[in-house]
Amino acid sequence: MGLNSLRQSAGCVLAVLLYLFSVSALAVDEPKPLKLTTTADHSKFKELQREFQSGPEVTKACLTCHTEAAGQIHRTKHWKWEHLNPDSGQTLGKKHILNNFCISIASNYSACTSCHIGYGWKDANFDFSVKENVDCLVCHDTTGIYKKPPGLAGNPVIKDMELPPGSGKIVKGIDITKVAQKVGKSSRDTCGACHFFGGGGDAVKHGDLDSSMAAPDRELDVHMDATGLDFTCATCHKTSSHDVAGSRYTPTAMDKGGAHIRGKEDNSNPATCVSCHGNGPHKKEERLNQHATKVACQTCHIPAFARGGVATKMNWDWSTAGERDAEGKQVVRKDDKGRVIYESRKGTFTLGENVKPEYFWFNGDVNYTLVTDKIEKSEGVIRINWLGGSPTDGKSLIWPVKVFRGSQPFDPINKTLVKPHTAGNDDTGYWKNLVWDKAVEAGMKDAGLPFSGQVDFVKTEMFWPITHMVAPKENALACVECHSKNGRLTGIQGVYIPGRDANKLIDTIGWGIALLALLGSLGHGLMLIAARRKHQGE
Amino acid sequence: MGERVYIFKGFERFWHWSQAGLIMFMMLTGFEIHGTYSIFGFERAVNYHNIAAWSLVGLWVFAIFWHLTTGEWRHYIPSVEKVLVIARFYSSGIFRNEPHPFKPSQLNKHNPLQRLTYLGVLLFISPLIWITGWLYLFHGEWSAWGLSVLQLEWVAIGHTIGAFLMLAFFVSHIYLVTTGHTPTSQIKAMITGWDET
Repeated sequence: MGLNSLRQSAGCVLAVLLYLFSVSALAVDEPKPLKLTTTADHSKFKELQREFQSGPEVTKACLTCHTEAAGQIHRTKHWKWEHLNPDSGQTLGKKHILNNFCISIASNYSACTSCHIGYGWKDANFDFSVKENVDCLVCHDTTGIYKKPPGLAGNPVIKDMELPPGSGKIVKGIDITKVAQKVGKSSRDTCGACHFFGGGGDAVKHGDLDSSMAAPDRELDVHMDATGLDFTCATCHKTSSHDVAGSRYTPTAMDKGGAHIRGKEDNSNPATCVSCHGNGPHKKEERLNQHATKVACQTCHIPAFARGGVATKMNWDWSTAGERDAEGKQVVRKDDKGRVIYESRKGTFTLGENVKPEYFWFNGDVNYTLVTDKIEKSEGVIRINWLGGSPTDGKSLIWPVKVFRGSQPFDPINKTLVKPHTAGNDDTGYWKNLVWDKAVEAGMKDAGLPFSGQVDFVKTEMFWPITHMVAPKENALACVECHSKNGRLTGIQGVYIPGRDANKLIDTIGWGIALLALLGSLGHGLMLIAARRKHQGE
Repeated sequence: MGERVYIFKGFERFWHWSQAGLIMFMMLTGFEIHGTYSIFGFERAVNYHNIAAWSLVGLWVFAIFWHLTTGEWRHYIPSVEKVLVIARFYSSGIFRNEPHPFKPSQLNKHNPLQRLTYLGVLLFISPLIWITGWLYLFHGEWSAWGLSVLQLEWVAIGHTIGAFLMLAFFVSHIYLVTTGHTPTSQIKAMITGWDET
């Protein structure tokens, strides 16, 4: 080894040192410990690095980059609260229909539109074409602090304020700037902020959607299981162009299309069970796939609704509303579990937990009794909506349904249901003054509809197909739940269900023949014994 | 003690008793599926019923093979002429302690009434139960087989009729077994193969 090789070695060492130095000089941005699901940190955007004073200000900033987002939103049901049913021709959507919960949004906009994905829908004159009125944050908030209290027409509280005015209750303002800088994908919480609280409170309306679904365990929802599959709503309600898939007005009752596959053009509803699981999901028991040609997945896999510990309303009787106590104040009564079962402003409620659904043939057609339709009290129960379906139309499956029953005001002279003015800190709002005719007059006037001045009450029903709260497979219905006398499908016509059904005539004749064989044998036997005794005696 | 005749061969006895066990078990589970009572629970009753059905299918494959290859099927050829004699015996002669007009032998195991009855079971009750039972099992394949016009209800009713007829046969069969020269002599014959007359 000579001087030459020594020089070579020194050169190598120097080269390595130089290399190391250059690497350390470039590695300024460490890899993130977590794999991010987004490429954008909105807090780094200049457009959002300012103090926002209102919702529309934030939207304006959003639209500087997401230039087409408002246009996408403007096309949706979430924005318009309007849906033209192409099959029935009925104009539906919250803007038009009435229900048997809080009844109608007409004249109650400021309260109801706290769940509108917009700002400022305070009366019938709301301008649906204004881009800045789109509320991006209500769906894209990740902080959980964004709230839109009723009474503010969909606006959040930015500065502390008294709400309702004159109540002495102060609602704290939220840091809308922080909300704007931390936007992200929608979540169970953002969708749930409205959909868990439909009908005016937690769990009231759907029965299969309530606050327990914000972080459900496996038993409550096998897909949304917060420590398991952790689906968000949008995992199934696969959204494209801001148009959320899935509809209560035109639902998919029977999906024959199999699982969706990338690359295959498929415009069918991506929110059905079949769109992921296909039409033959039961690998071990072909007989169950065969059941699925008549029975919706939900029927066996959602054994009960309201399973998360929050009771859902099952009945709402408006006709008992209006009580006042000795001091003339409104009354609230609770059951032994502390749940409200009577309110002067709303009437009497029946609540239910772990409710077994009712079952109906359903083909996806949903029709409504609209406020313009004539009704007769003598018809008995008026169906606010009803589900189409029959065992023979080839389009129906047996579905689980929450049937919401109640009694609500109608106009006995004009023979229509009515839209009362309920929410509102004014002289005609029923919730404040408990006077029906004034409330109905104000509501119908706002809706541009006639009112005779008289109010009566009529029994009503609404049908809510159950599709959430899917239980793990080990908790699916056992066969005997339906295959038995007085089982769950007692009222279902048009299918022969072994264990439930038997031909009475055949059974009578059959048992008769078997009994005759037995009696004949016994008689013959007795005669034979007697004859043999006699013979032995001889 | 009279003479002893070897009537029932080994396979035949095995066939008889395993078939008897399977049919009794299928009546038990079948009427549970029908909704008559609850013992195993609907789901297990269905599973047991299916297992028993496929076991019986397997047994029949062997039994048919045995009958064809040994010529034993000839024991089910009906002979009409002496049916009335046998019928008269069971309706009156038996009470007067008359001797049975039929003597079984290896070539002629069944009396004419038995031949007719077993043939009836083979030609009417069994096919009714088998065909409806298979249709029941393969309900999901009906449309693929071009049988969409079938109604599950008709198939179920047919299967039920078969079950009731089998039950009536079963009751009568059990009783008539006890009417030999001692109540257990015929059961013994089916166990040992030897008939004592």
